[in-house]
Amino acid sequence: MSSIKPVIRIKDLVAKYGDLTILKGITVDIMPHEITVILGSSGCGKTTLLKNMLRLYEPFAGSVHFWDENVLEMNEKEFDEVLKKTGMLFQGGALLNSISIYDNVSIPLEMHTNLDKDLMDKIIKVKLKLVGLSHAMHKLPAELSGGMRKRASLARAMALDPEILFFDEPTAGLDPITSESLDALILTLKKQLNMTFVIVTHELASIHRIADKIIFLDSGEMLFCGTLKEAEKAGIPQMDRFFKVGKF
Amino acid sequence: MNLKVENNILFVQTNLDKFNVSELKEQFLRLKKSRELQGVSVIDLEAVQEIDSAGVALLDSFQELLESEAKLLLMRGASASVRSLIETFSTTKLEFVEVPKPTGLWETVGESALNFYQMMVTALTLASEIFYYSLVGIFSRKTARKGSLIQQAFILGSQALPIVALLSFIIGFILSLQSGMQLKNFGVGVFLADLLSITMVREMGPLITSIIVAGRSGSAIASEIATMEVTEELDALRMMALHPIKFIVVPKFHAITIVMPILVMFSILVSQIGGAIIAVGVLDTSFENFVARSINILSIKDIIISFSKSIWFAWVIVIVGAFYGFQVKGGAEGVGKATTSAVVTSIFAVIVFDAIFSLLYL
Repeated sequence: MSSIKPVIRIKDLVAKYGDLTILKGITVDIMPHEITVILGSSGCGKTTLLKNMLRLYEPFAGSVHFWDENVLEMNEKEFDEVLKKTGMLFQGGALLNSISIYDNVSIPLEMHTNLDKDLMDKIIKVKLKLVGLSHAMHKLPAELSGGMRKRASLARAMALDPEILFFDEPTAGLDPITSESLDALILTLKKQLNMTFVIVTHELASIHRIADKIIFLDSGEMLFCGTLKEAEKAGIPQMDRFFKVGKF
Repeated sequence: MNLKVENNILFVQTNLDKFNVSELKEQFLRLKKSRELQGVSVIDLEAVQEIDSAGVALLDSFQELLESEAKLLLMRGASASVRSLIETFSTTKLEFVEVPKPTGLWETVGESALNFYQMMVTALTLASEIFYYSLVGIFSRKTARKGSLIQQAFILGSQALPIVALLSFIIGFILSLQSGMQLKNFGVGVFLADLLSITMVREMGPLITSIIVAGRSGSAIASEIATMEVTEELDALRMMALHPIKFIVVPKFHAITIVMPILVMFSILVSQIGGAIIAVGVLDTSFENFVARSINILSIKDIIISFSKSIWFAWVIVIVGAFYGFQVKGGAEGVGKATTSAVVTSIFAVIVFDAIFSLLYL
């Protein structure tokens, strides 16, 4: 039996929108220093799972443990401390549009640390360099391409050196070359910073490039959790069809 | 007749099987011929207890026969077993829809009252959170970004100065012209200064400024927050362990609390200039006399009422704007609706509170 403890432990998670049940009792462990990809067809509950585990939506039932602490029982202040150890890249980047990229990355540092201006400046520049946006730091989000906005959002998510990074459809809407470079960046970060990644996507090429483990959802149910190789041998018709149709 | 048309709905009032489909089809064709089927796009199957493949074929033929008159034929009220059979045997992919039954008067009133109650609970919860975090924000450095208060004061205050000045001048001018002429008829034109001063300080100054700010800044607050909700920026703030009310609303709340009384004061001054032009030019009052009478007529109570109103109205504008911003549903259309609702509601609320103030402090 492995002695490595999961960083996130989800048990019997049920999510509903009104009377409609979206997630029907998901139980899964996310292991540290791995890239876990949540995949499935559109509307299967991938983003709902991500947002429920982060309390952006309140789950209907179940528990979500981060580092052995049930976040659903935490008060706002306690949960803030958990959030400070995580970061998230949203599908559209979700950068604050009225301020520059530099200022966007500075927000978590300004609000949650007592660093002096000089140190803060150094950190922001390092993070922007890491995502290849040193040249665009004073631009507004609206002046950037989709790929650049996602990279800027990644720099902001990494501002406080989080232990877990969440991605909601990081490569959606990007061309294959930009997608590949974003995946390469994720792999580099994993290698260099030993972070844990939870990525929601249905881009097969991306899954093959980065996934250590996949969680396959279908109509709100988890049908599979394991490696890609195990997935190929699992003989789950919905998942086999997903991989087969997605091949080009 | 086993087929009946009411409110563009075709009601089937019998079971559908191989023994009656021919007769029903004839009835249907008669209805079609008499143009009673025009505009029908829904078939009500609530009365159908049993159906067989012939019955489904009849429904398919209804669909084909209606094709020229209604593009979409939807089914409603079908029981699970009837629906299952239709799905199995239908060749025209008939669609099902849940059409809500018309509700009675009391149900409608009850539902509206419940919705209003829930809306008030949400609004009051938001208002209390805004007040709480605004109070906390005075003593805590780390609730908003550095410089956000000055930035918001500039946006909500300085940028509103020209429009407030223009409208206040015009209103002061018109009020003086209309009332000045009446006063002149009675030979008491000198009292124009008193009248205008009291009117502007106690009523019109705070009211006009608040209506302008509600239209300008209330809409901007609602649309900014609504857009942030739609583009997941609020979620991004939550993920950075930042509270959207503290980070976005509190700086606006502080800024508007400071700038609104200044704007009202400015509005009163400019309107007095408009009045002075009439007093000096039309009523032959001296400028010094106009200024002296305008100041002497005011008591400390008038000024306190004016400032209390301006601050209270400012809070109403921010709370209403934030409420509609956070309540947004949907995309760009939702943002537009939230903005419109925020402006209409805040102007309405400002006028209602003005009336309450006027009754309380006569």
